[in-house]
Amino acid sequence: MTTAIRPQPGPARDYHFPSFERRLLSNGLTLLVAPAHNLPVVTLLAIVDAGAVAEPSGQEGVAHLAALALNEGTPKYDGEALTEYLERLGTSVGGSAGWDSASLAMTVLRDNLENAFVHFAEILVTPTFPVAAIERLKGERIAELMQIESEPRELADEKFDEYIYDVTSRFRLPLGGSRQSVSNLTRDDVAEFHASRYQPSATTLIVVGDVDVAEVERMVSGELDGWNGSIVLSSKANDKPVRTSRAVRIVRKEDAPQSEVRIGHVGVPRTHPDYFSITVMNAVLGGLFSSRINLNLREAHGYTYGASSSFDWRREAGPFVIGTAVASDVTVPAIQETLKEIDRMRAEPIGESELSLATSYLEGVFPIRYETTAAIAAALATLVIYDLPSDWYDCYRAHMGAVTVKDVLAAARAYVHPDSLQIVIVGDAGAIREPLEALAFGPVDVVNP
Amino acid sequence: MRIPIETFRLGNGLLVTLSEDHTAPIVAVNLWYHVGSANERPGRTGFAHLFEHMLFQGSEHVGANEHFELVQRAGGTLNGSTWLDRTNYFETVPSNQLAIALWLEADRMGALLPAMTQQKLDTQRDVVSNERRWSVDNQPYGTWWEKLPALTYPDPHPFHHSLIGSFEDLNAASLDDIAHFFATYYTPDNAVLTIAGDFDPREARELVQSYFAAIPRGKGKPALPDMSLPTTFGGTLREVVKDDVSLPRLYLAFRSPAFGSSEYYAASIAGAILGMRKGSRLQRALVREREVATDAAAFTFDLPKGADILVVDVTARPGITPAHLEAEVTREIDRMRSDGVTQSEVDRAISLIGTDFVVSMQQASERADQLSRFATYFGDPSFINDQMNRYRSVTVEDVDRFAATRLGEDNRAFLMYVPRDDSENAESRDTVGTDAALVTA
Repeated sequence: MTTAIRPQPGPARDYHFPSFERRLLSNGLTLLVAPAHNLPVVTLLAIVDAGAVAEPSGQEGVAHLAALALNEGTPKYDGEALTEYLERLGTSVGGSAGWDSASLAMTVLRDNLENAFVHFAEILVTPTFPVAAIERLKGERIAELMQIESEPRELADEKFDEYIYDVTSRFRLPLGGSRQSVSNLTRDDVAEFHASRYQPSATTLIVVGDVDVAEVERMVSGELDGWNGSIVLSSKANDKPVRTSRAVRIVRKEDAPQSEVRIGHVGVPRTHPDYFSITVMNAVLGGLFSSRINLNLREAHGYTYGASSSFDWRREAGPFVIGTAVASDVTVPAIQETLKEIDRMRAEPIGESELSLATSYLEGVFPIRYETTAAIAAALATLVIYDLPSDWYDCYRAHMGAVTVKDVLAAARAYVHPDSLQIVIVGDAGAIREPLEALAFGPVDVVNP
Repeated sequence: MRIPIETFRLGNGLLVTLSEDHTAPIVAVNLWYHVGSANERPGRTGFAHLFEHMLFQGSEHVGANEHFELVQRAGGTLNGSTWLDRTNYFETVPSNQLAIALWLEADRMGALLPAMTQQKLDTQRDVVSNERRWSVDNQPYGTWWEKLPALTYPDPHPFHHSLIGSFEDLNAASLDDIAHFFATYYTPDNAVLTIAGDFDPREARELVQSYFAAIPRGKGKPALPDMSLPTTFGGTLREVVKDDVSLPRLYLAFRSPAFGSSEYYAASIAGAILGMRKGSRLQRALVREREVATDAAAFTFDLPKGADILVVDVTARPGITPAHLEAEVTREIDRMRSDGVTQSEVDRAISLIGTDFVVSMQQASERADQLSRFATYFGDPSFINDQMNRYRSVTVEDVDRFAATRLGEDNRAFLMYVPRDDSENAESRDTVGTDAALVTA
């Protein structure tokens, strides 16, 4: 049999993250351009310091709504005309908001770039936010919240955030706002949020693809030179946990064939100095397919289709969470196995082979992650949002490769806290409540969605 | 844009496609086996997919769970998927790791059975049962992708039954079934191997030759039954599902021309005019102007055998009844038939499809998958380079003809989801239509 001998890899070929140039325009707008000429494609991504964290209290969801409504009309064209024009050019422009920033994105074929960019610029700078469009989008958000009530995965994620953060934290409420906060939003709230936050000095325009830097600079200056405004202050989220002792919440979903389980606590900020060792530790614990938790729950026990852990990276501390879905009758053993893996991660060093699996994966997969203009633009956005150094991606693989077994153990001990783990389960409360109480992990309460 | 393509066939029948591109130091390996749920025997539904899981459980020289580990250790990504008429496996790895990806695929194609055990089968059966709970039973509208084929392909057409299978059938699967399925379908003459990205073609040919050439050809697979169907359903089909959902949702399907046929491209453009992006008819009329839907889309399943389906997928706004939603969707379909489409709508659709196509080709894995797809279905991967021309040659008349022949009342299947505890909504379906109804509780 010719497959009897395992092949060895050849020498690795060089990889360099695409080089990019930074320009500061006279109005304060930052421009990042990464030329990439393999296909006639260009991605534009405007990153604005206008995420959910910047929302005025009581207006939760306004960042998301403002970003979504950007393309609903400008002084020159209504939303329908903008859509029609851009789609005939084979593209569309879409806004969205994250916790730390809002973005406007477009991927377009090279030949249509200049024509499409005229509208991209208008949409970013002079949206009119028609009342009818705002009301329609509010209705769609409320419908989305209704849908989530019957969708166990998203419901579990949402309920977990709500369960772990301090009562005054913005992170407790969904990114897109709650039913109540969204209902209260007005067209003027949206317009005001845009006017105060969408400033050139708070914006970075990222352009990746079949372009050269001078041409982009010319194009952008031509359209955005007249955009002026004052500097805005950045905001900071309260990322305190609501409690530090263990507790369990069951969100009722009668007769659910599966329990959606979330286990974790408030994590660490994206700019944490131990970012690399935390990332490797998480890969071994639950970040990879071959992670301890997935191999245990899926491959050893057949409890689940998949189990994983993650740190949700934000400027302030996002959740650290282990997530899985298991049949109702194995909910408790699945949780016990997960807790065992957490303890084992903190009790003893991982094996060299586990370490090398995680680090060689994280180093090797790097060029695969950045094949498309959209993915390169998103990577550059990460630099902007978290204010990371320009050579971050050039140094990434060296940093990842330098993480040791000791670093991983230290990260597990410092950033995973068994005593303050919170558990949220969306499932059949009647079937799982008693066994969960018998587990004596912590107090168990049951709520409706 | 033209994708470079080189094709050869090994003596055992394996069709190999190479597509070089040195943009990034990565290479995609992609293997399609021409077997899907359509090939399953009665009482053994879900088997093709269960088998896909077993293919990750090791082979003669690869330990359990080692396939994933070795690829990830090499710095690669991987997975597999099963569809109605094919199963695919794929890895993207750094260029210097091409050999390991090919070796892994060859070892399981050539020597899977020595590694199979009852325990592995039992565990994967549990995993797949959980996958079914996760993606079908515990997911709002999750049953749509087994109910819609069941409604639109008559029993016992090979596309009629569930792809993921029932718990009962999964439990009936035995190790003998595994051995039989493997010997029948996982043979080099029933597979297409594509390598795309940064590689040396001479080295790649040598690796393919040394790992795959000794694998014996199969003994032939049973022919699929005749899968051709009349161009229309011959009436309006209907099923109402009371489910744990918050808002009514309608899937409206039309029997449509098979993927790759000359009529297919007009059908695909009709779908884009109806439901691709914000400027499409359903989005403009139902979501933006009349505010009866929160979302609307249209797409084809892209099945190349017998008949495809064009599916319209629309979710109601709160307060909109299923009857109202259905009437609004029907109105747009009727309008397309009576008034026809415009050149501007066709241009918009071609433009959007063209951009999406070029954008998707940025990824080596996507190029490899598409090349395997055209090679598997039509025996010729270079069809990929004809696709945009075929779209561009579609005229207003072609789309109008498609609408006239395929979007009528004799070719509509309504699969309506209604909230389970909303008795008002559930009753209102009785006013929707008078065609024979198949109602599932």
